[in-house]
Amino acid sequence: MDFELSDDQVALCDGIWDLCQGRFDIDTVRGLAECGGVDRQLWGELADTGVFSLVVPEEDGGVGLGWAEAGLVFEQLGRALVPGPLVGTLLAAEVVDDSVVGLIERTDGPALVEYPDVLDALLVLDGDGVWRVDAAELSVEMAQSVDPLTPVGRVAKLPQGEQVSEGTYGWANRAVFLSSALQVGLAMGARELAVAYAQERQQFGKPIGQFQAVKHKCADMYSREEVARASLYYAGCVMDATMGPGLPAEPGDYLYFHGCTIERGDALGDHEHRELVRAVSGARILAAEAADHNGKDCVQVHGGMGFTWEINAHLYLKRAWALTPCFGSLDRHAERIAEMVGANPLG
Amino acid sequence: MDIRFSAEEIAFRDELRAWLGEVLPTLGDPPDRDDWTARREWDMGWQRKLYDAGYAGINWPSEFGGRGSTPTEHLIFLEETTRMGAPYVGMNFVAQLHAGPTLILEATPEQQVRHLPAMLKGEEVWCQGFSEPNAGSDLASLSTRAIRDGDHYVVTGQKIWTSFGHVADYCELLVRTDQEAPKHRGITWLICPMDLPGIEVRPITTVAGSSEFCEVFFDEVRIPVENRVGDENDGWRVAMVTFSFERGTAFISELLGTMNQLAEMAELARSVPRNGSTAWDDDEIRREIGRLQAEYDALWALTKRVVSQAQRTGMPGPGGSVFKLYYAEVKKRMADLAHRMLERRSLVLAEGSGDEQTGGDMVASRLYVLSLSIAAGTSEIQRNIIGERILGLPKER
Ligand SMILES: Cc1cc2nc3c(=O)[nH]c(=O)nc-3n(C[C@H](O)[C@H](O)[C@H](O)COP(=O)(O)OP(=O)(O)OC[C@H]3O[C@@H](n4cnc5c(N)ncnc54)[C@H](O)[C@@H]3O)c2cc1C
Repeated sequence: MDFELSDDQVALCDGIWDLCQGRFDIDTVRGLAECGGVDRQLWGELADTGVFSLVVPEEDGGVGLGWAEAGLVFEQLGRALVPGPLVGTLLAAEVVDDSVVGLIERTDGPALVEYPDVLDALLVLDGDGVWRVDAAELSVEMAQSVDPLTPVGRVAKLPQGEQVSEGTYGWANRAVFLSSALQVGLAMGARELAVAYAQERQQFGKPIGQFQAVKHKCADMYSREEVARASLYYAGCVMDATMGPGLPAEPGDYLYFHGCTIERGDALGDHEHRELVRAVSGARILAAEAADHNGKDCVQVHGGMGFTWEINAHLYLKRAWALTPCFGSLDRHAERIAEMVGANPLG
Repeated sequence: MDIRFSAEEIAFRDELRAWLGEVLPTLGDPPDRDDWTARREWDMGWQRKLYDAGYAGINWPSEFGGRGSTPTEHLIFLEETTRMGAPYVGMNFVAQLHAGPTLILEATPEQQVRHLPAMLKGEEVWCQGFSEPNAGSDLASLSTRAIRDGDHYVVTGQKIWTSFGHVADYCELLVRTDQEAPKHRGITWLICPMDLPGIEVRPITTVAGSSEFCEVFFDEVRIPVENRVGDENDGWRVAMVTFSFERGTAFISELLGTMNQLAEMAELARSVPRNGSTAWDDDEIRREIGRLQAEYDALWALTKRVVSQAQRTGMPGPGGSVFKLYYAEVKKRMADLAHRMLERRSLVLAEGSGDEQTGGDMVASRLYVLSLSIAAGTSEIQRNIIGERILGLPKER
């Protein structure tokens, strides 16, 4: 076991962060609100870097990495507030050729579609599989989104679309995982912004970060972020172990969760399924709450400035809010985990 | 990042499991909380069994009699022993988890030969004499005085909150050897035998009604200079080494034990009546159980990160402060949840391990958890450490 980032993984994070700072500086990101959240040129650069083909095997033209790495990349994208249907586009890479792809769960009645103006296609998940709906088929009435970087529109009824996959196993978990990764990044970005302000803003003749009320708030932001990050990375490793693609499966390649050994390459049995669900739902709760609390604390540390449109604090918070209600409420995730507590082999 | 255990690690675990499976059924019932003689026998007896089976000092280097295992094997050891319900390290805590490791890094060969094998065999109970009535969070302001007299230090002063002070054979003692120097530079780390003339130990009763810690009074106690660990006036640095172990891996069994408790609580919830049904059918309660599990799983993952860092660098990473701060709060919530479930039955405090009917140790646990944000550096101090050392915010003074 070595649950620290490898040198390659560190280089991957640094590379993505450099790309974000070079191409998605905060002014550019704010500007994207004017063009539906996606600029095709910039989006193409993300695609060329391999952001959306991370988990596509090399022989199919992808980068051939695992979910753990996808989590690391999405964490950096969240930290930089990069907008757009990132989750849908990555997950779509294996089934469709479109370049800007949304993802939504089919529900009865009207749907709220994110980034409707810029989509090529929308993937719809339901009990029978995954369906591709051409963006041209959507009749959208724009709504005012809570998050300027997540435009949304109402669609009275989602078209049936054309089936692109029969199984949906793993889709929701993967979407939840990637959203959580973005949120860990948001929690980090908000904490960094708050700490920087606490160092520079002076009141009573000293930096406000010298006051414990502020310093301790920042420490709590960091703790939440670290705990959420640990749970996210763990979930990424569990996903790689249970549903690949990921590390090559070799004979004698064992996994060990909570006191039970499973062998890789086996069909996903009950135990692995439980591990997966528990890890992903756990990361979901911790990441969503870390992003929410850190967003609020970031506003608070900025005082009056924090309540302005000008300061970026609200962007972290609003993005965190936009990402939480997808594929199950936090309450639902908590209930899913509760079902597995008694079954924990540790007990 | 690779959470998989290697073939050697799995072999190690299987062997350990087999041994635990044989030995645990022979142990009998654990002693009463207040029977200190029996508790000493129990804790030391278990340590001796570990020693005989080659599991003592699991992470100590083999040249000092340890098993020389990697941090990951140490983690497996703690996971398996907790999972299978082996005795907790108990009063061997200080010797095994921080005094021993400190001696390995800082002590003279004579001191090492004198103490390390005895610690491993379960022949020496150690305690930690750091805190004083006027030096808690501000530990460096401690004032227990040591005056050099030939080849002895003559020690006078008082320590407090000394866990297991009344049963300990030795104490890791911090004393002031230079009154004039800045406070961090006049401290010395001594090995103090607890049976020296002039030492008086008075147990203090805790909120839980137990006597886990003591006041220790020193009246001109003569401690040989050869008992000094590190240089005179270099004791603060040595104490920091001690702390890095105390805050590093020391909470692993605690966390795993807590996960076991949560599983018991989920069981209890299914049988406790509530609103005409059971507590389990109350969505709020079920969700809180799920959330607690998510947070413990995350802390377990964080622990694996800290251990992996230790594996690479040789020292536990700063994740220890984050862990301790976060864990204390989550565990308090779990104790509160037990009370919500038990309703009027939470009035009854039962001893020992889980009593199905009253949720016994869950009630006691609500008191015990109060110490988690105080002992080994309060939560406020942990937040200062994170804010200043990790985030680089300006120091208070
Ligand atoms: C169960 C238990 C076992 C223990 N075992 C041992 C042992 O074996 N050996 C040993 O040496 N010690 C032991 N201790 C002592 C423990 O380390 C101290 O209690 C702890 O360091 C706090 O010191 P104090 O009690 O003097 O509280 P104080 O330092 O007086 O603190 C009182 C309150 O003020 C706050 N405070 C203090 N300074 C600051 C600051 N700068 N900023 C913000 N808030 C501050 C604290 O957080 C706390 O809330 C034990 C304590 C407990 C509870």
